[in-house]
Amino acid sequence: MPKVIPVPDELSQPFWDAVNQRRLMIQYCTVCGKLQYPPQATCQVCGSAHNLEWKEVEGKGHIGAYITIEDGRLNRRMPDQPYNLAMVTLDADPTVNFYSNLPGTPAYEVPVGAAVELTFEEVAPGQLIHEWRVLE
Amino acid sequence: MTNSNDFQWRRDRDGLGVWEHRGKVAIAGYGHSPVDRRWDGENLDTSLGAYTILACQKAMEQAGVTIDQVDGIVCCDSHIAGGSGGSASNWAPRPYFAPPYDSEYGITLINAQWLIGAMGFKNVKFAPTGVPTIGEMVGMASQAVGDGVCNTCLVIYPTGNLEGRYRRGGENADDYARGARQWTVPWGNHGGNDFINIFPHNQYCLKYGGEHDDLAPFVINQHKNGMLTPWGFNVNHGVEPITVEDYKTSRYILNPLRIWDCDRPVNASVAYLFTTAERARDMKSQPVYVLNHSQHNFRFRTTQPDLDEVEMWTDRQAARMYEGAGMGPADVDIFNPYDGYAIMTQFFLEGFQWHGVKRGDAFAFYAGDISVKGPHPFFSSGGNLGNGRTRSAMYTDSIEQLRGTAGDRQVTVRAETALCAFTTPSSGGWLMLGKYPS
Repeated sequence: MPKVIPVPDELSQPFWDAVNQRRLMIQYCTVCGKLQYPPQATCQVCGSAHNLEWKEVEGKGHIGAYITIEDGRLNRRMPDQPYNLAMVTLDADPTVNFYSNLPGTPAYEVPVGAAVELTFEEVAPGQLIHEWRVLE
Repeated sequence: MTNSNDFQWRRDRDGLGVWEHRGKVAIAGYGHSPVDRRWDGENLDTSLGAYTILACQKAMEQAGVTIDQVDGIVCCDSHIAGGSGGSASNWAPRPYFAPPYDSEYGITLINAQWLIGAMGFKNVKFAPTGVPTIGEMVGMASQAVGDGVCNTCLVIYPTGNLEGRYRRGGENADDYARGARQWTVPWGNHGGNDFINIFPHNQYCLKYGGEHDDLAPFVINQHKNGMLTPWGFNVNHGVEPITVEDYKTSRYILNPLRIWDCDRPVNASVAYLFTTAERARDMKSQPVYVLNHSQHNFRFRTTQPDLDEVEMWTDRQAARMYEGAGMGPADVDIFNPYDGYAIMTQFFLEGFQWHGVKRGDAFAFYAGDISVKGPHPFFSSGGNLGNGRTRSAMYTDSIEQLRGTAGDRQVTVRAETALCAFTTPSSGGWLMLGKYPS
């Protein structure tokens, strides 16, 4: 799958560095204890700008919902259509979610509610992205 | 010129109480340009600039206002669909035409500064830059008139469409995802309210029962209402009403989102003339009164909003609007929320509890009689789905229903208040209108 390649910026660089080491590190507010993804400059709950740290979380989640992209607008993904796009909630905090194409799961055959585990996929030399795979 | 940031006009917080200018601001006129599918790139009489001038002239004519009387222009930068979308959609072959079309302005770019020059407004003292979309512009103009920043204000919404498949260029043709797109695009979400709302919609079907195609009666009714709307796209371009069969066999875009769940980008412009209630009484046409305006811009807590967030957001929108208008759900006669994608409309219907519709009730409501001549004339404008993506049908229909000039679309139930919007669950604005100032 020729996926679009993420370009890290100053805020996201630590996240993508961790992904490239096959680890899932997301922001954590030491004041209010909230996990936060995608990374932001401040805590979305308490507004703190100086108490955000990176925390490694376990790559376990569940499928909350999904769609199948049949006529998307991304040139690079056209050959993949139809393909699944799932919303995966993180078990450590179900208010945090991620997108996933659910590698290994055929289009339209997504088991909503199923458990998933973290995996990684190379989208360019040296650049991984985080993905999720349905647990058998 | 005033920047919108210099003027505190938003009513975007909870608990603001009744709007201080309730019933003291009015809409005295509106004007629609023709609605075309696209601009052909040649005919200056059908350019977005020409259509914007025409819409302004019609609005002023309906109100009986001259150019010299206009002292406020609220016009956002034009919204262009076309092949690339956003700022990448400029037409931009050179050389340009003779003035006032000697640059991109007037062709694909419309704003207050260009309009003032092109139309010769001489007494404009309020023409903010950095103006948001129509859902918020009507609130901005209402507050400006109420506060006395200006007295006679045109609100203009130009929305253009050029050749090319919808947003198939620009950053969507890029191999790289930068900025906020790095969190969505690698997995195929190129952004937009189709993606934002389809996941909560799927969760809605699971939580409350029902299936996606239960939207069919609603979408079909939008098309029916559109065929009763003389200033819309469908009725003027031979778009046939659709059947349940048409809907259920239509192709998917983001399965289960179907093509008929999506509005049709068009090339058109609309203008509304806002003024004080006192001035409006002496103008040419029957005024309708602004009873409240409200805005919202809720922050996503994570990558993809879920059903809980969307329901919370729309609950808060309703609470803000009803509090500011001093009204409740039972007081709203005409309800024109937003339908840029059919999958978001049930969230508004249930959040605002129009005609007693509570969470999880929308599909059953859609299956009942929602025709304009029935007891529950939901979305009497036909919205974007019935008229093309002018994002203005909700406002114009509301005005016409209150005036009693909606023709074949005129509802048979009471029409003394109307709630209208261009909004998504996360951002936008609402406007409450009244036949009477109180």
